[in-house]
Amino acid sequence: MSGSDEVWKVNRERDAKRETFESNLPKKGPIGEALAPVAGFGVSLRNFFRPTVTEQYPKVKVPTMPRYHGRHQLNRHPDGLEKCIGCELCAWACPADAIYVEADSNTPDHQVSPGERYGRVYQINYLRCIFCGLCIEACPTRALTMTNEYELAGPTREGLIYEKQDLLAPMGKNMLAAPHPMVPGTTDGSYYRQEVDGPVEEQVAWVREHRPDDPTLPENRGKEPVEDQAPREERYTSSQHAAGAAGGVRYENQGGGPF
Amino acid sequence: MTATADKPAAEVVDTVSLTIDGTEVSVPKGTLIIRAAEQVGIEIPRFCDHPALKPAGACRQCLVDVASPGPDGNLRAFPKPQASCTMTVTEGMVVNTQHTSEEADRAQKGVMELLLINHPLDCPVCDKGGECPLQNQAMSHGRPESRFVDVKRVFEKPLALSSEILLDRERCVLCQRCTRFSKEIAGDAFIDLQNRGAQQQIGTFDEDVLDFDGYRPVGAATVDEAGKAFSSYYSGNTVQICPVGALTSAAYRFRSRPFDLVSSPSISEHDSSGSAIRIDHRRGKILRRLAENDPVVNEDWISDKDRFAFAWQNLSDRLTRPLVRKDGELVETSWPEALAAAAAGIKAATAADDEGAARGAAVLTGGRVTLEDAYAYQKLARVVLGTNDVDSRARVASDEEQAFLGTQVAGTGLGVTFGELEKAPAVLLVGFEPEDEGGVVFLRLRKSLGRQQVLTVAPYLTRGAEKLGATLVPAVPGREAAALAELPADASEALSQPGAVIVLGERAAEAPGAFVAAQELASSTGARLAWIPRRAGERGAVEAGALPGLLPGGRTAALKGPRDVVAKAWGVDALPSAKGRDTAGIIAAAAEGAIGALVIGGVSASDLTGDVAAALEATGFVVSLEVRRSEIAESADVVLPVAPPSEKPGTFVNWEGRLRGFATAIQTDAMSDHRVLDLLAREWGVELGTGTVEAVNAELAALGAAEAAHRPAAPKAKAARNPRAKKGTAVLATWHQLVDEGALQDGEPYLAGTGRVAVARMSAATAASLGDAVSVEVSTEVGAVELPLVVTEGMVDGVVWVPVKSPGSWVARDLRAAAGAVVSVKGAA
Repeated sequence: MSGSDEVWKVNRERDAKRETFESNLPKKGPIGEALAPVAGFGVSLRNFFRPTVTEQYPKVKVPTMPRYHGRHQLNRHPDGLEKCIGCELCAWACPADAIYVEADSNTPDHQVSPGERYGRVYQINYLRCIFCGLCIEACPTRALTMTNEYELAGPTREGLIYEKQDLLAPMGKNMLAAPHPMVPGTTDGSYYRQEVDGPVEEQVAWVREHRPDDPTLPENRGKEPVEDQAPREERYTSSQHAAGAAGGVRYENQGGGPF
Repeated sequence: MTATADKPAAEVVDTVSLTIDGTEVSVPKGTLIIRAAEQVGIEIPRFCDHPALKPAGACRQCLVDVASPGPDGNLRAFPKPQASCTMTVTEGMVVNTQHTSEEADRAQKGVMELLLINHPLDCPVCDKGGECPLQNQAMSHGRPESRFVDVKRVFEKPLALSSEILLDRERCVLCQRCTRFSKEIAGDAFIDLQNRGAQQQIGTFDEDVLDFDGYRPVGAATVDEAGKAFSSYYSGNTVQICPVGALTSAAYRFRSRPFDLVSSPSISEHDSSGSAIRIDHRRGKILRRLAENDPVVNEDWISDKDRFAFAWQNLSDRLTRPLVRKDGELVETSWPEALAAAAAGIKAATAADDEGAARGAAVLTGGRVTLEDAYAYQKLARVVLGTNDVDSRARVASDEEQAFLGTQVAGTGLGVTFGELEKAPAVLLVGFEPEDEGGVVFLRLRKSLGRQQVLTVAPYLTRGAEKLGATLVPAVPGREAAALAELPADASEALSQPGAVIVLGERAAEAPGAFVAAQELASSTGARLAWIPRRAGERGAVEAGALPGLLPGGRTAALKGPRDVVAKAWGVDALPSAKGRDTAGIIAAAAEGAIGALVIGGVSASDLTGDVAAALEATGFVVSLEVRRSEIAESADVVLPVAPPSEKPGTFVNWEGRLRGFATAIQTDAMSDHRVLDLLAREWGVELGTGTVEAVNAELAALGAAEAAHRPAAPKAKAARNPRAKKGTAVLATWHQLVDEGALQDGEPYLAGTGRVAVARMSAATAASLGDAVSVEVSTEVGAVELPLVVTEGMVDGVVWVPVKSPGSWVARDLRAAAGAVVSVKGAA
């Protein structure tokens, strides 16, 4: 007798000693026992008369819950300066290593955010992002928040790395596009305490002098859409969410890949 | 450079026993409580304490409860918690840290709260965020909530102390590490504490801050030529030791966070000290370099050049693909094609012409390459190209120097060490300016200030030499040998003390007879000799035999015996026996059209006094191995890209003879010089065996050092006579300043801003002969350099000093003259 046979013998003996499984559920009566094989149809029949829950996406877009974790947004101060200071705390907090930030110094000629530092490069890789929102919690200036936009799919890996211009909040009604100097007499603390509520004449004058064609200047408003950057859809024409927004044209699988 | 002196017998140390947090510990007498606690693994928070600096007790963060036995033997507690970084241990002392004493814990929390009162807490924009002792200790020992509700003290920020060092006074906790470093270690007190109380701050000499009321010191105050508080060559260390974000560097400002960085240990490529550094890189790009603690070499410090000069290798002119000249233009090509073109070109250029006369090939390699690279260059020259025309000295060199290196330096292993240099009772410097040419050697010498007599053979006492308390042995450049021969009696007496060292710099080669004179002095006084070159690869090249008359291990190429030993090891029949030429000789021969092919690696044309452009023009075929598109690469026929030190493994041999190996910090597909040369040699069907660092080191180890009979003859040279300076001429004195326009400092404007303004120096009498001059035009037949004149006290008459390669003063390129040359000087108003 080989060693393995012995093991099997021991196992069989142990199994023989085990008690057989008995359910705790109440035992059914004889009719219940008889109908048990078709009881599952009852579930189907019951649901014939209930309202459907299937969402007709993308034909019908159901609004998300208000605090749904969607695409990120980089906010601006009321005068148009960016809130992001490039501190990388979002990147630090990110459990998926989805955020890449490079900061730089603000200079008098190139003041992008209040204070000394601004985020020169800001990228979120939506192939990695798990929408946990830890970055939002980490942000010390409330620069990073999340929108409800959930249509984040695309045909290319590069296209799903969103750059700073893709993430920046659209310009508000009275905002003046950065870079421009801070409101005279204020510090980055004043901005943080929300003591700045819009661009002042000095800032408008500075932008007028340096970028007379800036569409966010009061005299230029309305001439062209107040979008300080090309919308993402134009840059990645074949992207799926662009197709979805345009309605109709669907992204076709061109490469014969697995999808 | 004899064997290391016998170690002194183990000293008997008095020990003291004390109890820290209930743990008994015995430490040497005089130990600080904070160090004793470290030994038993008890961490006491601290900011001002630094093992390399004297105790200050400035931050009060390390408060602990202390009780020690009184005269009656009973334990008596100190009434208040004591700073553990300033108090030495005593027998029977009982120390309770924050771990066991509630009072100590409360005291530490209170100090932390006090330190944070005026701290701006702007960690998100602070460069120190994430690696900040204040941040860490506020988390571990601070209150979770601030009770401070008033307005914080504000200062203008950042304040630029120099173009590189930025000061944020709001963040400062007044630990005085920076000021103590500046005073104790570097000797450049460029910042200090100012004002009192809440307004106390670190600052530069600023009349407004000091509330200056026209009161001036009677004595001469030292200001630099710019008339402003001068900047230090070691200021970067203050950034590294600052325990908060008060001192930051402009180069690293807002570049990244500690968690972005990958740290790789490495060795600095900037000077012959072989300082241990840490390279911090992000996504394949170096963002900063820090000093690593290496107790036997650089201790905790590095020079600013080691720290900040790393941008050169990532500039836009970096070579990544081989280039081959086609129809007059350099075009990118593949490696096989480039190697084939290089080999075919060299073969054709060195082939015998119709009359049977062949022009030879030569190899030039600057002193920047590693030991392995230098070995490969000389092996290529001797095995494949069949010539001894190989030289790694892209500077003034002499046969006397080569003989000295062959007899005294090559293959002698570890000679005088940093530690021995520090402990030497007397040091004589010949052709060596420690602050400008030595990097951390200067800091070691300064560490012994007051315990060491420094003598310097130089035309004038530089500021760096002054900081060492050095005595000038005046010498006209090029005539140092005479000065050594006529050394004052007290100087010879000082050098007769056991342990005294004579340091010869690379500029000793500019003075005929200096090596002979130094050797004579050493034998008459018993002082030891040390050769401290400037570039990182010089000593390695000497060991590897990348000199015309030297084979690996200090063997002379002039004798058949040593040649046969090496030939046998390399598996070749014989090595070339013709006498090789040095760099200047090769360039001169090439300019005359006597060189068929040149292989050049790591040489800047502007470092050479010869006519490099003409030499390259007249040479049949030029192969350049370069990291960047240098001037020489631009006029080469084939350019082979090689890796900078951070992208390859290798070894620098520092001036002590210590092997400073380093591994690849950043993985790229760039190849080392030795690997490229190995591939190139295969085009001749020769297996050079230099494909890997391991292979080269195995060959070097197998060859070993030369036996005495195989070494070159002792150096022989006559001291030069004092030149007769005619009216309107002066003898040129010149050397490299640490921060200048060297090729390895390109692309770093902040560092360049800390360099010293280029000036021409003359004695008062020499300057007076020029009339009322504000600036001086120094000229030769080739060109001229005009610099502002600074009259220097105590300078040798008839001498003009200008920096070698500082802004507006490129001596080798513009004057084609070296130290000791007689140049015309003309004053200008």
